[in-house]
Amino acid sequence: MTEQNIPLLEVEDLAVEFATPDGVVRAVDGLSYSVTAGRTLAIVGESGSGKSVSSLAVMGLLQIPPARIVRGAVRFKGEDLLTLSPKEHRAVCGAHIAMVFQDALTALNPVHTVGWQLTEALRARRKMSRREAAGRAVELLDMVKVPNAKERIKDYPHQFSGGMRQRVMIASALAMDPEVLIADEPTTALDVTVQAQIMTLLSEIQAERDMGLILITHDMGVVANVADDVTVMYAGRAVEQASVFDVFASAAHPYTRALLRSIPRLDQKGAGLEVIPGRPPDPTSVPAGCPFHPRCGYAEDVCRSDPPPPQHTLLYDRRSACHFAERVVQERGGVR
Amino acid sequence: MTDPSVSALMAEETEGGVPNRSFWSDAFRTLRRRPSVIGATVVAVFFLVVALFPWLFTDKDPQRCDIADSRIPPQWLGGEHPFGTNVHGCDVLAELVYGSRPSLLLAFIVVGASVLIGVTLGTLAGYYLGIVDAIVSRTVEVFLVIPLLLAALLLLSLFRTVDLGDGLLATIIQPAIVLTLFGWMGYTRYVRASVLETKNLDYVTAARVLGASDLRIMFRHVLPNAIGTVTALVPTAIAAVIGTEAVLAFLGIGVRPPAVSWGIMITEGSEWFTGGSQYLLLFPLGCLLATVLAFVVIGDNLRDALDPKLR
Amino acid sequence: MTDTDVVLEVRDLAKTYPVRRGVVVKREVATVRAVDGVSLTLRRGRTLGLVGESGSGKSTLAKMLVGIEKPTRGEILVDGVDVTDLGRADRRRLRGTIQMVFQDPYTSLNPRMSVGEIVGEAFAIHPGAVPPGGRDKAVRELLDRVGLNPDHVNRFPHQFSGGQRQRIGIARALAVSPRILICDEPVSALDVSIQGQVINLLEELQDDLGLSYLFIAHDLSVVRHIADEVAVMYLGRLVETGQDAEVYDHASHPYTRALMSAVPVPDPTRRDRPEIVLEGDMPSPSKPPSGCHFHTRCWLAPTLADAVTDETRPDGARVPSVCRHDSPKLAPQESPDHLAACHFASDAARR
Repeated sequence: MTEQNIPLLEVEDLAVEFATPDGVVRAVDGLSYSVTAGRTLAIVGESGSGKSVSSLAVMGLLQIPPARIVRGAVRFKGEDLLTLSPKEHRAVCGAHIAMVFQDALTALNPVHTVGWQLTEALRARRKMSRREAAGRAVELLDMVKVPNAKERIKDYPHQFSGGMRQRVMIASALAMDPEVLIADEPTTALDVTVQAQIMTLLSEIQAERDMGLILITHDMGVVANVADDVTVMYAGRAVEQASVFDVFASAAHPYTRALLRSIPRLDQKGAGLEVIPGRPPDPTSVPAGCPFHPRCGYAEDVCRSDPPPPQHTLLYDRRSACHFAERVVQERGGVR
Repeated sequence: MTDPSVSALMAEETEGGVPNRSFWSDAFRTLRRRPSVIGATVVAVFFLVVALFPWLFTDKDPQRCDIADSRIPPQWLGGEHPFGTNVHGCDVLAELVYGSRPSLLLAFIVVGASVLIGVTLGTLAGYYLGIVDAIVSRTVEVFLVIPLLLAALLLLSLFRTVDLGDGLLATIIQPAIVLTLFGWMGYTRYVRASVLETKNLDYVTAARVLGASDLRIMFRHVLPNAIGTVTALVPTAIAAVIGTEAVLAFLGIGVRPPAVSWGIMITEGSEWFTGGSQYLLLFPLGCLLATVLAFVVIGDNLRDALDPKLR
Repeated sequence: MTDTDVVLEVRDLAKTYPVRRGVVVKREVATVRAVDGVSLTLRRGRTLGLVGESGSGKSTLAKMLVGIEKPTRGEILVDGVDVTDLGRADRRRLRGTIQMVFQDPYTSLNPRMSVGEIVGEAFAIHPGAVPPGGRDKAVRELLDRVGLNPDHVNRFPHQFSGGQRQRIGIARALAVSPRILICDEPVSALDVSIQGQVINLLEELQDDLGLSYLFIAHDLSVVRHIADEVAVMYLGRLVETGQDAEVYDHASHPYTRALMSAVPVPDPTRRDRPEIVLEGDMPSPSKPPSGCHFHTRCWLAPTLADAVTDETRPDGARVPSVCRHDSPKLAPQESPDHLAACHFASDAARR
């Protein structure tokens, strides 16, 4: 955001609603972010924050209805994908933006071999011959460091371990040489040593291809290690956006600050953990005014009545949706 | 005491909205709202009332027939035989009313007994596996392979001459036994599958760790899940047995004359269909179709309402 | 610390499963050694953290401790009494001593039972455990103690959030007034900001009630926070045990070092620290490597191999032959309580 690069992917004021038996639920409410080539944006949030729904909206994967995109734009290299027909939207995404999901077992088709899944897209979209596609599939598996790629092409998803399946999913996402990769909690279900492998792999691939990477996660450790920019989401909106160093050095939003304080750290043994009282709001009943006010230590009357300005800009391109952002950022010590 | 702000906040958050909803009342509420279900329930209840209190609907005895009154067409609200008489002079309305009893009684007995047997065997097989499961599953397979109608035909013909007296129960006991014998397998399989799915869930393990006995686990934790699926099958099964009774009657091996059932009425009525007395077929057929349809509609909707995946 | 302080002891515990193939007659073709000789000690009022990844055998160990699985070998002692092979009546009594908290808040509560019924089930099973004042009062008190509103007794699990459900699970376990709680990844499935609440609750309960915890987790940061002692498991065996600070600050087994290194620290200024990244996956428990289970992925072994003592392992690297042939035993490191099972533990600690 501080560089002169033209953003590859730009989301502007996105709002998504769902029609449910209990009424209309606004899952995303005015989200904006951008990703440039070679940089990693981490979208951080807990359940109900809307982080996954927003990426599904970007990819054109939302079921419409019951979902409805109320407003906003999703621009890939300047072109607003939301103005395209669903078919065109998915075509652009297929060629340029790829997505990796949390659970490889449900994202991969269990009745087809891994080779089939890789080659199918290649043959359909790139019109490759069977031989060419098979060759490319082996190349892709090699790229994601699956040992014995030539043999494993013939295996089914359930024959791979969790970490290997995730690599397969990454390989299939890379098949079309995407310019942007969205990874939605790619390592949450994996063991920590496997998580380290996968994150290293993603970083290497990103660097090699100069891809823009959007990493959706709730793990602040992963964010610290991998991200360049951070967008913190709460109740469907972005509450803080800044570079990763700024966020960790001194958060400008009470939620970010509280989140960072509440995570147990390997290098520090503390006496009780600081906790954020209450829990993230249900999307069906988001508090009025600032959605975080019931849990916020800085809350005052204005927080209960007026929603904070979403694009409140602080120094140096940092954004924080808090009435008292300046005060919050000046408090010493973002992380314990 | 934990952080007091925590519990206060939690109390605040869960107070306003969500009412106390258990699984069954939830399903019931869904069903209540659908017009098709309401209609079907009205029809089904109507026929149940007819079967239970036949004297409310007719004062005639269907077995007191005067051959002189043969084949009187329906007189509707005017005359003595609102729905007419059949070839023997029996009042059709009375036959319809009393004929509902064997059909419905058979259906409830067969389904009730099948469910009882099926659930018991399925639970034991799924819970204990091993040799118990082997025996039960192989038995299920054997019975599944035998075609129902063939077996029914064979068994009921063999015992055709056995005289069991005149009561309502006596007239249906043979078809009841045969249909139950070939009707329990489906429930066994469903319940066994459900038990296999449920018994490794954490909450069952938790109950074991607490020290719950096998019986308690089966009744409290494993069965309730299975019961949902089974219940959804019951109305449809009732409909199926009512229809099957008609088929057996047509083949001459169902409810025995001089008792009367809808199946028998249909059989006789079909002979006179082209002879000018269409009503002899149409009335019992109409009742049969209406009842079967009503139960099927209830069954379908019940299944949807109880399906945990759709919630 | 005297021996009367030991509330739970495990000696050389093992659990193996036969793998049978065959259509009519089944033959045993392989053995899965889920747990392969584990010895642990849990002291009163303390928390022992058990760390391991999937396939390490920690869940199987937990199941043996609560009596869901029968050990193939070894002993379990509660308060010095051997409880490995109990009759039914004795095992029922043991339920009142050891209980379990489960990982998944969504499958650990019966969706058809009200919260009151779930928490009170223990009283239905053990009528003698009902405190004076009656069952309803006891249930309400339990809910209150874990931070839930006692008026919600008649609500159903789906009306509660993940964190609240975990609290219900904890209340259920506490109903029988156990002294030992086996916590099987109790916070892994919760949101980050809720994990802290549940961890704090567990710590508070430990202080108030004098509970002893076996805290199983794969999240090293959480274990660091709550555990007094730590044991690290790999492929059914313990590779390192010791006091919390000793293991975390002076890890002496290459696997432990790799685990620590893999945990991302939430501090971007430290992102370029050198990392140990393990290759491949944990081997299958049915085909464990010979000698030291970890030698096929060990980062230390190749650096210590020389022409005289080395051999080649499957991925082509050369390792000291002792790693390939001799299974290392847990041996004391700098202090007698800190044990590591590595032939080259001092090298592991230094690198």
